[in-house]
Amino acid sequence: MAELDLRRPAVRPGEPWRPAGRRRPGTLRARRTWAGRGRLTAGLVGLGLLVAGAVLIPWLGGLDQGAVDYTAVRQPPSLAHPFGTDAVGRDLFLRSFAGLGVSLTVAASCAVISTVIGTLYGALSGLLGGWPDRILMRAVDGVNAVPHLLLGIVIVALYRGSVLAVIASIGLTHWTTVARVVRSEVLSLRGRPFVDAAISGGATRRRVLGRHLLPAVVPPAVLSSVLILPHAVWHETALSFLGLGLPPHLASLGNILAEGRQAVLLGSWWIVVFPSALLAATTLAVAGIAAWWRDRARPRRRSELAL
Amino acid sequence: MSLVGEGLVGGWRRGHAVVDGLTVRVEPGRVLGVAGPSGCGKSTLVRMLALLHDPWRGVVSVDGTAVPRTRYRAPAALRRRIGVVFQAPRAAADPRLTLEQVLTEPLRAGGERDRTVLAARAEELCDRVGLTRDLRSRRPHEVSDGQLQRACLARALAGGPDYLLCDEMTAMLDASTTAALVAVLGAEVGRGLGVLTVSHDEPLLAAWADEVLRPW
Repeated sequence: MAELDLRRPAVRPGEPWRPAGRRRPGTLRARRTWAGRGRLTAGLVGLGLLVAGAVLIPWLGGLDQGAVDYTAVRQPPSLAHPFGTDAVGRDLFLRSFAGLGVSLTVAASCAVISTVIGTLYGALSGLLGGWPDRILMRAVDGVNAVPHLLLGIVIVALYRGSVLAVIASIGLTHWTTVARVVRSEVLSLRGRPFVDAAISGGATRRRVLGRHLLPAVVPPAVLSSVLILPHAVWHETALSFLGLGLPPHLASLGNILAEGRQAVLLGSWWIVVFPSALLAATTLAVAGIAAWWRDRARPRRRSELAL
Repeated sequence: MSLVGEGLVGGWRRGHAVVDGLTVRVEPGRVLGVAGPSGCGKSTLVRMLALLHDPWRGVVSVDGTAVPRTRYRAPAALRRRIGVVFQAPRAAADPRLTLEQVLTEPLRAGGERDRTVLAARAEELCDRVGLTRDLRSRRPHEVSDGQLQRACLARALAGGPDYLLCDEMTAMLDASTTAALVAVLGAEVGRGLGVLTVSHDEPLLAAWADEVLRPW
């Protein structure tokens, strides 16, 4: 075999190598298109405005949750009441943003709870494989077989009328979707040769999970749990409507929408439209951020985004 | 003192043994070639020897110690003594890690935490397999197959194994990269590394292997 000099450096262009699109020496910033960052910026700005509104507007407007005004019942939007008033004369602008705060808290807590439980459960099931996997997934089928609302009602009925009970009742019933997504990802990943290579390098099960599997699995899991946000608000509505959720004087998007349903038949569209618009805007903003993160988490996509 | 697979029987589907009653002995400082047609069980043999696949019958023993379990349940110290280089470098490297992380992963798994030690080891390994240092911060999709296979070889050598199993390591590579990798391995064999290499490349086996096994 011919002698080969391995130490000889290859001929290279003068600049050090960098992936296309990374900052060029001497320029202020890398070239970026609006495409990748647009969703992130719009999502962050939108979510920031909504959260700031939910915190500041009820506070600045001096919202009194218990106050009613029968001289100003079902007034259409005006300067004094930008979102109009509801069936007992409460200002919807203040109540909608206060309700957004409550609903955001409930929905975000549910999303976090279901992501954590679902990811750990799905990863465990996928990693163990064999009969433990079968038992764990049949348990998921079991949880899914019971209607979510029914299970939620049981939990809320045990601990009446508190926000924590509502959070628990939704969070503990919606992790199954996340668990399924994560399990299938783990199953497809764990047969790959790089897992074999890690095992042969002496990695423990936990190390393979933490280093190779979870980083690949968490972004899609988070994205699938973000879709729980509007669903969680719907559940909170349903529980409140059945008289098991939050007390009716406490503003939440669910409570406002549930009360607004009757008012719509009398022509008061604003009671439903404005709170719904806030809910839709929140969902879009969060979905934008999550989609950006999912794309960024794929290495090849990330270097494309940098172009 | 050798890596021995004795009377190995194993496969993937019940009742259909791919490897049927095979005995192999990988000795330190020697290169054992394995050749045979596609689908005849060469990779399965490598996986069983690497403690990655349960044999149905037969025993794999490292330096006289029989290893009864495979994968996670095999002792980590024994797994670390057997390096494996897989056929397809793209699939064998985690796309999320940089090359430096890829090739120091076995050291981290072995409990090494010190960043400066890891970086120094990474540089040393890069030099050993002929990987230029500026490649270390790239991710697998940003380098060529040959460069990635060098990184995978460096990873297999990182833990200082006594035995190296190469599963068609050079099948996807051009002649010069093949020659370079074989030259790197030649130096390691000189230091007492035992190599089992699976290959379809008959001239390479003729030039490199001390002995060629053709069980099929």
